[in-house]
Amino acid sequence: MATYSTNEFKAGLKIILDDAPCSIIDNEFIKPGKGQAFNRVKIRNLKTGRVIERTFKSGESVEGADVVDIEMQYLYNDGSYWHFMVPSSFEQYQVDAVILADSAKWLKEQDICILTLWNDAPLAVTPPKFVDLIITETDPGLRGDTSGGGGKPATLETGAVVRVPLFVQTGELIRVDTRTGEYISRVKE
Amino acid sequence: MIAWQPTASLAQLRLRAQMLATIRQFFAARGVLEVETPLLAHTTTTEPGLTFFATEFIFSHQPESLFLQTSPEFAMKRLLAAGSGSIYQICKAFRNSESGRFHNPEFTMLEWYRIGFDLTKLIEEVCELLQLLLATTDYVKTIEMVDYVSLFQQITALDPLNFCLTEYRKYARDHDLSEAIELCEEDQLQWLDFIFSHQIQPHLGQQHICIVRDYPAIFPSLARLKPTNPLLTERFEIFIQGLELGNGFFELTDAKQQRRRFEQDLQQRQQKQLPTVKIDEYLLAALTVGLPECSGIAIGLDRLLMVLSNCSHIDEILSFPLQRA
Repeated sequence: MATYSTNEFKAGLKIILDDAPCSIIDNEFIKPGKGQAFNRVKIRNLKTGRVIERTFKSGESVEGADVVDIEMQYLYNDGSYWHFMVPSSFEQYQVDAVILADSAKWLKEQDICILTLWNDAPLAVTPPKFVDLIITETDPGLRGDTSGGGGKPATLETGAVVRVPLFVQTGELIRVDTRTGEYISRVKE
Repeated sequence: MIAWQPTASLAQLRLRAQMLATIRQFFAARGVLEVETPLLAHTTTTEPGLTFFATEFIFSHQPESLFLQTSPEFAMKRLLAAGSGSIYQICKAFRNSESGRFHNPEFTMLEWYRIGFDLTKLIEEVCELLQLLLATTDYVKTIEMVDYVSLFQQITALDPLNFCLTEYRKYARDHDLSEAIELCEEDQLQWLDFIFSHQIQPHLGQQHICIVRDYPAIFPSLARLKPTNPLLTERFEIFIQGLELGNGFFELTDAKQQRRRFEQDLQQRQQKQLPTVKIDEYLLAALTVGLPECSGIAIGLDRLLMVLSNCSHIDEILSFPLQRA
């Protein structure tokens, strides 16, 4: 894998830091007068999701990380693993619950997700930004209430629980923003 | 299509023109002479912390090495030694390997020297100029004056003069900066720079102008030692919103001391395998004849414009930053 000088650091670049794959968020060049120049870098650890700040000597080289994002179709869950497939090559990957983390609750079979691979092993799964899911259970709510105020919890077919307006009923298909977990709208099939 | 347009707005370019006009009026009213000195010269800085641009003059059989100036300081001092009286210059300066939110390798500098001024008098003049240039901002309402050592101690509880590596290491570990231990090793100067730039500088001049003075003598500079405390130098820096805007000195006039500094710098350059440069004998000859007692300061005008118009990237105030130049 290539190495990168701190001067090549820019948002999105993937590097290895403390043996973990990381993504650069921000890079600030610091030059104290006539002293040694530094780069103060904001970095996300792609394994833990934690964001840290780290200072490098300006011009220092760091090993790049072979991290790629690939679109894959979610196939099924066999009880311990979630299986994904690259549509063009039919190549399959399996992901465990630890890596899947919070994304699991948004996954519906056949949806296209983004798998982040590090040295060809899954590192993270990003669900589609918006998913359409059926409400399997919610309180009947009050008739005639069309406002968004208040709301009530609704359980979706994947097990996720989101707040929905009172007028939305069990069995309806709704659109949810997976980044915030917010209800967006009802979907007409 | 290729992005050929300036990165600065036209309003921003007008603001720069206005700033330059105000500066010229300010010095004209005070009888300070505007001068020009070469940007391209046979020598340049020896400072190990600065990287220069080198080129060649192709004219006779042997191409001659030439350098873009990292600062007009040496040439201006020669004018002072030649009897110019107080002088100022607005010019481009070039520093290689510097690029970022607050750095473009080519930038505009305002440098001036005041004959017979001590540091306090120069600080007063700097503040008067800043109050004119930044009149539309709130920063000018308050000027804070702090000395380096107290400031350092107050924020970090570390002593910058009596350097104790163990304490600095502990501080780094306690403040999530443990990379400093490897980065700075046992180098006091690096430690001071590291801690100052990470922990102190970002807080300076949040709503006002902050002047930090009396830097430890361990920092290499052409500043005089303080007569009352030879561990400190007659030097100050200006900060607004955590941004370093300028660096001023009560100037060193001793040719021998200057030569020693050059030689030490070149030694360090060799150790670090950095390109070397010839010592500026013109400057040393001028210092031997005698530099009048004076104080001088350099201010980065691009950064001052950033502060004036509340910009977060230097590209917003440059017509064409390097990547578009």
